[in-house]
Amino acid sequence: MSKPPENAPISFFLNGSPLSLSVAPGRRVVDLLREDLPLTGTKEGCGTGECGACTLLVDGLPMLSCLMLAAQLEGRNIETVESLEKDPVGEKLITSFEEKGAVQCGYCIPGMEMTALALLRKHPEADREDIRKGLSGNLCRCTGYVKILDAVEDTAKNLTAPKEMP
Amino acid sequence: MNPVLFPRTKEMLLSMVKAYPEARFMAGGTDLLVALRQKQKALPPLIGLERMEGMGDILKEGEEISIGAACTLKEVASHPLTRQHLPLLCQGAASVGGPALRNMATLGGNLCTASPAGDTLPALFLLDARLDLLSETGLHTLSMEAFITGPGRTALLPGELLHRIRIPIPQNAPIQHFEKVGNRNAMAIAVASLAALIRMEQGLVAEARLAWGSVGPKVIRSSEAEAALVGKPLREESLKEAAFYAGKAVQPISDIRASADYRKTVSASLLQRLILYRDSDCRGEQS
Repeated sequence: MSKPPENAPISFFLNGSPLSLSVAPGRRVVDLLREDLPLTGTKEGCGTGECGACTLLVDGLPMLSCLMLAAQLEGRNIETVESLEKDPVGEKLITSFEEKGAVQCGYCIPGMEMTALALLRKHPEADREDIRKGLSGNLCRCTGYVKILDAVEDTAKNLTAPKEMP
Repeated sequence: MNPVLFPRTKEMLLSMVKAYPEARFMAGGTDLLVALRQKQKALPPLIGLERMEGMGDILKEGEEISIGAACTLKEVASHPLTRQHLPLLCQGAASVGGPALRNMATLGGNLCTASPAGDTLPALFLLDARLDLLSETGLHTLSMEAFITGPGRTALLPGELLHRIRIPIPQNAPIQHFEKVGNRNAMAIAVASLAALIRMEQGLVAEARLAWGSVGPKVIRSSEAEAALVGKPLREESLKEAAFYAGKAVQPISDIRASADYRKTVSASLLQRLILYRDSDCRGEQS
């Protein structure tokens, strides 16, 4: 096996668009996003997989970009918080977070919202307990979680509510 | 810059091992990448297992459930076969980290990290898991006892890989229960955990298997505690007696998460709490 080049080509879908680039295969996805691309919506908190701030969706599943390497993205479908406003569920999440005042410093919010997005896409009828469990891997230092849970619950109710009263 | 390789077949894998003998295997990477970054050095060559055929599936083979080592903990916790036959393992897998972490972390990785606090380990001990190891010389199989050699240590040889985990399906609908105590409900490493597999016959305990995690260098079993339950109904008095032996059997340390004394108390309490689950639906769905 010949020695590989410093950078290797990878191709994946980022927020719906195909992307090919040349990158060191061991570069962390969070660094690739924030420094190379640069999409700074994704935040790095602990860097060890304990806080969930860097959560993004890989093939629809929440994963931690601080524990992923660029080479792992090959052929995958990646969604970051930058795509949220273009998503029908994401759009409702943004509105609910604003209306419920579910933001203080804002650092954990991209991870919270991406985790909630994946949860509500799969379980639009999620109740408060489902939401608590779904968001259990996302830590927040300032809100006390109540307003965040309110916002996600509100989004779920909006998603499942009948459009018009008969 | 070292390569990060993703073999799809055994042949590709073995040729990569040959080309990069210093390579590390990476499954979900959730433990490995944290450990490598702490060393503040360049990454070694990595052989990622997430695209390997035969390592990401869960199958019923005869009277065994066979789980590819690169199955994520989310898959292990939610697969119909494990939910039906191995609820004990599902509960352990669902206790690791949080949802996003469980979408990445794997059963094989939890085993190879061999942490005394690994939440799937007590279940795998009780369920008599057999571990298929793959290397250039072929496959060979080890018991949990032989595989985990100490805290963070396994019997894996250089170039050898945990390929599949095979678990005999428990017969006669035993009660299967796993409970973990951490400093927080999610994302917390266990202070102590208990896996229990209890087979009842005509209202009496016919067989009891008990394993504690995070309270010793390896998973701890207590034959005294198990014997204290056999032949009796599952009641508070017998659990209390067994809990006395549990407190003697565990060998916890004090660390940042809890004191040794607290861990002893929790280990005994976890056993007494089984009374709460005696009648609960934790027998799996026998086919």
